[in-house]
Amino acid sequence: MKETPLSNCERRFLLRAIEERKRLDGRQTYDYRNIKISFGTDYGCCIVELGKTRVLGQVSCELVSPKLNRATEGILFFNLELSQMAAPAFEPGRQSDLLVKLNRLLERCLRNSKCIDTESLCVVAGEKVWQIRVDLHLLNHDGNIIDAASIAAIVALCHFRRPDVSVQGDEVTLVHLTPFRTFLLVDPSEREERVMDGLLVIAVNKHREICTIQSSGGIMLLNEQVLRCSKIAGVKVAEITELIQKALENDQKVRKEGGKFGFAESIAKQRITAFKMEEAPVDTSDVEEKAEEILAEAEPPPDVVSKPVLWTPGTAQIGEGVENSWGDLEDSEKEDEDEGGSDEAIIFKGVRMDVGMEVSNTGSQEAPIVLSDSEEEETIILEPDKNPKKIRTQTISAKQEKAPSKTAAKKRKKKRTAN
Amino acid sequence: MAGLELLSDQGYRVDGRRAGELRKIQARMGVFSQADGSAYIEQGNTKALAVVYGPHEIRGSRSRALPDRALVNCQYSSATFSTGERKRRPHGDRKSCEMGLQLRQTFEAAILTQLHPRSQIDIYVQVLQADGGTYAACVNAATLAVLDAGIPMRDFVCACSAGFVDGTALADLSHVEEAAGGPQLALALLPASGQIALLEMDARLHEDHLERVLEAAARAARDVHTLLDRVVRQHVREASVLLGD
Repeated sequence: MKETPLSNCERRFLLRAIEERKRLDGRQTYDYRNIKISFGTDYGCCIVELGKTRVLGQVSCELVSPKLNRATEGILFFNLELSQMAAPAFEPGRQSDLLVKLNRLLERCLRNSKCIDTESLCVVAGEKVWQIRVDLHLLNHDGNIIDAASIAAIVALCHFRRPDVSVQGDEVTLVHLTPFRTFLLVDPSEREERVMDGLLVIAVNKHREICTIQSSGGIMLLNEQVLRCSKIAGVKVAEITELIQKALENDQKVRKEGGKFGFAESIAKQRITAFKMEEAPVDTSDVEEKAEEILAEAEPPPDVVSKPVLWTPGTAQIGEGVENSWGDLEDSEKEDEDEGGSDEAIIFKGVRMDVGMEVSNTGSQEAPIVLSDSEEEETIILEPDKNPKKIRTQTISAKQEKAPSKTAAKKRKKKRTAN
Repeated sequence: MAGLELLSDQGYRVDGRRAGELRKIQARMGVFSQADGSAYIEQGNTKALAVVYGPHEIRGSRSRALPDRALVNCQYSSATFSTGERKRRPHGDRKSCEMGLQLRQTFEAAILTQLHPRSQIDIYVQVLQADGGTYAACVNAATLAVLDAGIPMRDFVCACSAGFVDGTALADLSHVEEAAGGPQLALALLPASGQIALLEMDARLHEDHLERVLEAAARAARDVHTLLDRVVRQHVREASVLLGD
């Protein structure tokens, strides 16, 4: 099914928050989400969770005859599948663009980094070589698939044991950066990805060599932005590499000691896993001062004076009503301008109340009387001791003090002169 | 090709160029009369052809139409005889798809799509001979074709590839230099503002050298811009002579 479009107010909210350097989950602009790595019972199987994005990686190997032009090298295959359980928008026919992009990126980055020495995969030159296949499945999509997938691929490869000798490689980690106009975010979540202008992916290995850079989306970058991103990537990669090493060592230890391992063990029992919100660190230290400041600086709310006026038995009016905020609905007629201050008119702007009552203007006879063409507005009020007067379309007299003495007309304002 | 020196001691590359030198560029606009815009470019031995149709009504599903912008559709195809060994699949394979996506991204950033809402612009690029720098040649050819079609753009989009050998940054790599396995960078630039429309890099390059390689690629892209500008002016001059202006 098509994915639900992002509403305008949500988009605006996210962009405003980013401008103020705040992110939805309380992270800083250059912070990663929590990475959790767990291993399966077989060698070469792992699940990586980057926040809520989850990728499963599995490595398998097989003896095949080598490619004709590369007789002494093994074959390395990467495949990323976007499973339908990851997001409702991933349907078998619909994913091609994203799939191609992700797969190519992953392949380029892992192949170019030469994290696996393909020559070592050769068994008999020209006849038998190992073909290593890394299959990645996206289980849950919460943004930044490429990072999670690359970490899963590397971890699975490190964990894998070929029948003879274990495969060790350089750790290559991608850092997925999102330039938002002039703001840079690291590790975007799914919401942030929807609002982003473009994407910059940098793959760095632990020797601080850049293996791949790819910019996509329509974003225009400047040289110095790219250089800054590469420095950030270097720092992040060091952290992530450490994490991977620790996870591998832990697993090694558990297996040696004969403890239980595997996915079943890594899922904690007796714990709520669905509909659970992790604690988001939000800085509330200066909330009280800020609140007091705001209270001190805010103006007191305007006094509301309610003076009901009784026109006839059974007809009363409180207040003056407000302008219609729908704007130019009909042909505009030049009308008497706002007599009162325009600031009062602004307070009433948002509220639209159609009090269809018109009353005669006893006070100021000097105000020009404009008759409206609209027949709907013809209402005649028969007052017991006065002559019936036709409706006058007058602009609202905004000054509230005049309310008791001068009854203002409330009507659908044709032309918004206040604007 | 072990033992092949990519950069000799005197600073000459395999084909006799210096480190920052571009290959010879020859380009022609308006090659096809049928299409709205077309161009042909030769960068050394790399030959690319680009054809533009549009802006026209959206073909296929109307639901893809964007209410405020034009849709840019790019397709990349590399002829079966373009490489040393005959290619079995000219289009539809992952690499061609990816190239198409990258070209689309580049041109969506450069074309003023807001001027043509609910319409579609098609850019088709065909590589006739691939001798390194295919992405760059495609982008340059497509820029000329879009200009030939009269579609307004923010600026020229000029692209060039760059590499890094023996501590020196090389500009405009040929196939031999690409196949040697060193780091390669492809950069598409809008010359006037210096903004990067697309940046792609393969193979390992140490962080510290990135700046130099970026610089070399940017400089080369600006040189390409001067050449393309000259080609466009020449073409316009010829066209106005024919019109008897």
